[in-house]
Amino acid sequence: MTERISLFVNGQAVESSTEVSVASAVMQANAGATRQSIHGEPRGPLCGMGVCFDCRVTIDGAAHQRSCQRACEPGMQVETAPKPIAPDALAERATDSTRDCGVLVVGAGPAGIAAACTAAEMGRRVTIIDDNPQIGGQIWRHDPVKSPPKQTANWFDRLARLSIEIIPSSQVIAAPTPLTLVAETPRGTMTLRGQRIILACGAREHFLPFPGWTLPGVFGAGGLQALVKSGYGIGKKKIVVAGTGPLLLAVAAYLRERGAIVDMIAEQARFSMVRFGAALAWNQPGKFVAGLALGWHLRGITYRTAWPVRAHGTKRLEAVTLTDGEKSWNVPCDALACGFGLVANLELPVLLGCAIADDFVQVNERQATSVPHVYAIGELTGIGGLDKALLEGQIAGWSAADRPQLARNVEVERRKTQRFVNQLADTFSLRDELRRLPDDDTIVCRCEDVTFGQLRSRTNWRDAKLQTRCGMGPCQGRICGPAVQFLFGWHNDSVRPPLFPTTLANLA
Amino acid sequence: MKTCDVAVIGAGIVGAACARALALVGLSVVVLDRAPIASGATAAGMGHLLVLDDSEAQFALTKWSCERWTDLAPQLSNDCEFMYSGTLWVAADEEEMAAVRQKHAYYGERGVATAILDGQALADAEPNLRHGLAGALFVHDDALIYPPCAARWLIEQARARGAELRLNADVVGLQDCDIQLSDGEEISSGRVVHATGTWIRSLFPTAPVRPKKGHLLITDRYPGFITHPIVELGYLKSAHGGQRESVAFNLQPRKTGQLLLGSSRQIDVATREIEPHMLTRMIARGLEYMPSLGRLSAIRTWTGFRAATPDSLPLIGPVLDQPRHFLATGHEGLGITTSLATADLIVAHLTGSTPPISLMPYLPARFAEWERA
Repeated sequence: MTERISLFVNGQAVESSTEVSVASAVMQANAGATRQSIHGEPRGPLCGMGVCFDCRVTIDGAAHQRSCQRACEPGMQVETAPKPIAPDALAERATDSTRDCGVLVVGAGPAGIAAACTAAEMGRRVTIIDDNPQIGGQIWRHDPVKSPPKQTANWFDRLARLSIEIIPSSQVIAAPTPLTLVAETPRGTMTLRGQRIILACGAREHFLPFPGWTLPGVFGAGGLQALVKSGYGIGKKKIVVAGTGPLLLAVAAYLRERGAIVDMIAEQARFSMVRFGAALAWNQPGKFVAGLALGWHLRGITYRTAWPVRAHGTKRLEAVTLTDGEKSWNVPCDALACGFGLVANLELPVLLGCAIADDFVQVNERQATSVPHVYAIGELTGIGGLDKALLEGQIAGWSAADRPQLARNVEVERRKTQRFVNQLADTFSLRDELRRLPDDDTIVCRCEDVTFGQLRSRTNWRDAKLQTRCGMGPCQGRICGPAVQFLFGWHNDSVRPPLFPTTLANLA
Repeated sequence: MKTCDVAVIGAGIVGAACARALALVGLSVVVLDRAPIASGATAAGMGHLLVLDDSEAQFALTKWSCERWTDLAPQLSNDCEFMYSGTLWVAADEEEMAAVRQKHAYYGERGVATAILDGQALADAEPNLRHGLAGALFVHDDALIYPPCAARWLIEQARARGAELRLNADVVGLQDCDIQLSDGEEISSGRVVHATGTWIRSLFPTAPVRPKKGHLLITDRYPGFITHPIVELGYLKSAHGGQRESVAFNLQPRKTGQLLLGSSRQIDVATREIEPHMLTRMIARGLEYMPSLGRLSAIRTWTGFRAATPDSLPLIGPVLDQPRHFLATGHEGLGITTSLATADLIVAHLTGSTPPISLMPYLPARFAEWERA
């Protein structure tokens, strides 16, 4: 339950609660910034989901902790400036435990939950591991001030009724074999051996660099939503929502519901709501209804073709310049929620050796990957949203329970979700102008402060890495990799353990 | 068809240094690589510029090369991250302290400044080392560099003197000194320098070079956590012992504030993948010497292949029955350090100029099986 507590940010006492993430508490207390870049500029959280590493702070003496993934605790000492580590011969000895799992599901979003429930209901022993403290993934992310909608609540109840083991706040860092995963947990490392592995690692936002995008106050669209759910107050703040994709609509509706002033959604795609809506109604009646409901929420918000070209501010965001390709205009604002669609979290599938094509995991009609006994579902196999995730989760659950023939009954639905994937990709494809947003001084790699100008003289991703350190920071290229791919066409294909930064003690 | 005096195959740090030196003496040079600059062993290496005393020949080569780096240091671009750091060779016990005293005398007789640290002085120099170590040998003038940018800088110097660079093109045909590239281009050169590391065996299958795989790990930024490269004295046993697999504690502070942790050696392992058992052993060795390392965040690991010869000395000089082909490979773990000296020796071979040190110990012809091949 929520408990009022106080913690210390750079030595100052700050009132907060145990439902609030450290990132949100630090942003409120420190003008939106959580760290200094290596060149000394203030940075704030971008992704809100533990991927970008721009929210890292020193917590109780331990440097480089992602503050968006940690809840506030009484008396916590948080520092935003780097501090030398005091000599200390005592290292925490990580404990290692081993667990034999039947079906091991990685990711507790809708796809993972559907897979876990399905396999468990067919009598399989199921374990779910997830990096968040609470189940739900991104789209069903826990919201302390609002109970989940009925469909979500039903799935949570279904999961709770089954004896499924859930390992929260843990992430896979290595895979000695495709069926053996090593995870970092709050209590040391854990080795998980599965007979079947279902990958439901989801997606992250696609970020594109433009001048000023590193200012505190520029967030991902889903990123800001996640931060608000973890306690970042936005009441009465003026927010511009920009980028591309249906997520922008949901985010704008959510932010407004939570008290923000949202006047406009800038969608970069030349987008016809009528055409898209008609196609939706044809393929996905459920989505169409949801879309209409959303339209009701959004009344009064201008939805137009435009995109950001520059964010302004000295220490934090003060305004954004938008353009529609012909004219540009300035909008003063407190926050910019900006994401250019989603990219699949392919790191673990690649590490396991799963075949990838066009940036998604290749699967057959039973959700099987190219690696025996390993399945992939949800956004990993194509950005298609909730209905696709639930359906594929169900199919993978059947497959993992050795009843793959049941998948035949849903072939028609499966094809529909795939059409929707293509339709989304076509509708919200990124326009060429976005490749010209960065100027030579625009930072592309936020971890290592590598600029667009530095990258322009390189020949491929490896060359860029070696000569500029692009992608060599703690986010391991998760943010700049897809940006560089869009800007230069270079692919980052090397994945090695640790999949996420982890302590040496955990690797020993 | 392009023509040149010398084609240098391999744009790693050794090829880059050779290209620069050859261009500086006025030869027309083309540098070739099938990949970007410095993307083989140079990218994987630690970038420790150090004088080593494993043999007289190794000492001579490393000492000369370190002096050459000192000459170049003021000119290097910032991204080369050149930094004088010295080296702390850590002695765990009294037996290793005896070796420290021997080395101190050996280096001193040959004009390299070192100091002996007792246990307390070592603890003062590096407070994060575990307590109870016997002491260390401190080599004053050793240094650190970021190898990929150093290689690029050397190539830029060569290009400023007219050298040409051809990247991302593989050599698919070699007839005498006429080279055919995978993109269809042909280059007719007077001489060829082969600076291809372990890949030397793709053109000279009997070359006495074997891959020795190494693992490395880098941490996030912890400025000031250590201030010198720290290597266990047992490193030399690990480096040149007969075991198929070995690890040794080797930790470096990078200019960025990051820490680079090595090292491991495996003979004749072909796979590039990180091998968990080796990574674990390597880290465990590091924790034995520096337990507080355990709290630091590791952000990346990688592997690389050293080009090792049977006597741990490089192959620098002509191929016996192909006198227009010259080797510059087999540097094992010392390619970054000895690249500049190697380039000087290659220049002496190609131009007949007087070499700064004896050419003899590094001649490929020293290996009988090589002579017959």
